[in-house]
Amino acid sequence: MSTTEEPEQLYAKREPIFPRRVKGNFRTLKWWLMGLMLGIYYITPWIRWDRGPAMPDQAVLVDLGSRRFFFFMVEIWPHEFYFVAGLLIMAGIGLFLFTSALGRVWCGYACPQTVWTDLYILVERWVEGDRNARLRLHRQPWGAEKIRKNATKWLLWLLIGLATGGAWVFYFTDAPTLLHDLATFSAHPVAYGTIAFLTTTTFLFGGFFREQVCIYGCPWPRIQAAMMDEDTLTISYRDWRGEPRGKHHKGVEDTRQGDCIDCMACVNVCPMGIDIRDGQQLACITCGLCIDACNDVMDRIGKPRELIGYMALTDETRERAGSAPKSIWKHVFRPRTVVYTVIWAGVGVALLVALFLRTDIDMSIAPVRNPTHVVLANGSVRNAYDIRLRNMYAEPRQFYLTVANDASISLTIEGVQGQLVTVGPDEQLNQRVYLTAAAGTPAAVAATSPVRVWVSVTGETDRIYGDTVFNGRGE
Amino acid sequence: MATPKKKSNDPKTTGHSWDGIEEFDNPLPRWWLWVFYLCILWSVVYWVLYPAWPMVSGATSGVLGYSSRADVEVEIADADAANQVWYDRLMSTDLDAISADPELERFAVNAGAAVFRAQCSQCHGAGADGLRAGSGFPNLLDDEWMWGGTMDDIVTTVTYGIRNEDFPDARYSEMPSFGRDELLTPEEIDQVVNHVLAISGQAHDAALAAAGAEVFDLNCASCHGADGSGDTFVGAPALNNAIWLYGGSEADIRATVNNAHFGIMPGFTNRLNPAQIRAVGAYVHQLGGGQ
Repeated sequence: MSTTEEPEQLYAKREPIFPRRVKGNFRTLKWWLMGLMLGIYYITPWIRWDRGPAMPDQAVLVDLGSRRFFFFMVEIWPHEFYFVAGLLIMAGIGLFLFTSALGRVWCGYACPQTVWTDLYILVERWVEGDRNARLRLHRQPWGAEKIRKNATKWLLWLLIGLATGGAWVFYFTDAPTLLHDLATFSAHPVAYGTIAFLTTTTFLFGGFFREQVCIYGCPWPRIQAAMMDEDTLTISYRDWRGEPRGKHHKGVEDTRQGDCIDCMACVNVCPMGIDIRDGQQLACITCGLCIDACNDVMDRIGKPRELIGYMALTDETRERAGSAPKSIWKHVFRPRTVVYTVIWAGVGVALLVALFLRTDIDMSIAPVRNPTHVVLANGSVRNAYDIRLRNMYAEPRQFYLTVANDASISLTIEGVQGQLVTVGPDEQLNQRVYLTAAAGTPAAVAATSPVRVWVSVTGETDRIYGDTVFNGRGE
Repeated sequence: MATPKKKSNDPKTTGHSWDGIEEFDNPLPRWWLWVFYLCILWSVVYWVLYPAWPMVSGATSGVLGYSSRADVEVEIADADAANQVWYDRLMSTDLDAISADPELERFAVNAGAAVFRAQCSQCHGAGADGLRAGSGFPNLLDDEWMWGGTMDDIVTTVTYGIRNEDFPDARYSEMPSFGRDELLTPEEIDQVVNHVLAISGQAHDAALAAAGAEVFDLNCASCHGADGSGDTFVGAPALNNAIWLYGGSEADIRATVNNAHFGIMPGFTNRLNPAQIRAVGAYVHQLGGGQ
């Protein structure tokens, strides 16, 4: 019993994984997707977009310094951050949608951890050779060859990491300028620090942590379990077809023997180091490489493909009962995924409508409350307000300020003659404004009365207003 | 692939049992232990380098000689040095030209606001409204100034103060205590109070007010002006409007005529540098009443 056993170890040492090279449809798909993802990541900050002389010409730019987010023809100001919130909601619902329909398709094909690990394994294989050569190198004692190969591999990994971190910083400032500054060692320390940090994390996550990030570090695999149901596509081993597994002998047809010849091809190609034949498990990112490996073996031994394949839990019961599995489309289009799609598209349409309906002027008005009002020499009552005027346009414009529907209240602007204020291109102006109610008028006498301040732009039809209160003497 | 050792389903316990409840004796995670030991080691390093142990008079000082007070002093000196270029620009710009230079005005108003909060808000209020109507502390937001509301007037007032014996240039105003010193009879005071109520547009006794006009002419007009519009040269407030430093009711006005008020204000030459005085002047000037 337990008293005679070693105490249970809570720490499991990592077993190194040496995925074998594999060819097949899923591998080809993954190569293309990797190219697409890396291409988007590296090229995006270099796309130019002309917005006029006073504005940055980078198509995608997160300008933290002046608090602007540029995305092609769209410019988001801080007060419009709900667009970003909306995009995050879409991203979240999109993940729900994809997970409930296609399982862990994000993990297997699109997650940066997967893409960069794939790239790092590609480099590793290129330097050290395929699985068997890498295993041999791993077991052999440190010597000239092992040092040389490891050093080459680490150097290449570091360069990829450097390019990864280096591309990241270009999203936050003008890319060509920053590249020049980086090369001449005159860039801001934050840029170098960010690159150093991301180089390190890429190097460690892609080179050494790899599948442990997914298994121990990432919360998504846990959440996904709640997203899946019996119609969700996962990768499964058809054990009713494969078992009992064992070696096949040429010319001998054993009817009790399953199709699995226990060649370990599916295990050897797995980047997560698992055996898919043990059933669905947390570590499986559904990358599909075991399907490629097994199909290749089945072709060679003359058995039908898809001993390992994409299927849903309902297919298993159907197939065991001898009937045909449901088609992929029937799994994908079911009420749950349709509901997700509708919600996802609804948020998207709402965002688009909001984007097209928004005006390129904006204002907010806040009364100054210390003091609430000032009595002037002639007995009139004056209130002060802080108005924010936003000119979300690439040229300076003149904003015209008026008070609505109350002839007894006049509007004056601190430091400005008249009622016109000039706001610079793509700028926000904080302006102190006074409303004065003549002595004895209702607004001057009442404790509070509602007022509305209108802002319009000279020569344009758009106008906006802000509602606030006017504090009178209240006597 | 090495298969993991078959795990025992019977984890080790401490051997204690309370009402059949046992306590697992699992080892602490190794990373946790290492972080714990590292923290202890770090604390020893910290004691040596930085002020740490409290002693009878102060704490152990640490070999680095670190002090947060010295840090703050350096930061203040740095900030002053960084502001020096602005102070120089503020001093070399004509007082009335400051508002024409938006960059300089923004600096002056912000620096002045900080000075105001620290030095002026105790009496004039954080909102510069003189705390409340009739408090005796002038409201700096409205459009009446006892000593003038131009940049030059404001800077002079801040520099030397009001009724301040430290400075010969300090502003002085005198008002006799007409009642207490028996310069006017109670009837005359009644009359002049009603006259003041009349010229400020308040309810009054017309007969008394008419008689008060003469009393006003003889006793008050020399400073407050024949029409009661005041004189910023001698610091006499206007009486023919809605703004009252000590209250505008009949009782308030009577109290002022009887006893007079002498508000004082410190001169800030000793506390602020000339650039700070100009800055606070610029701040007050743009509060809504600047002339």
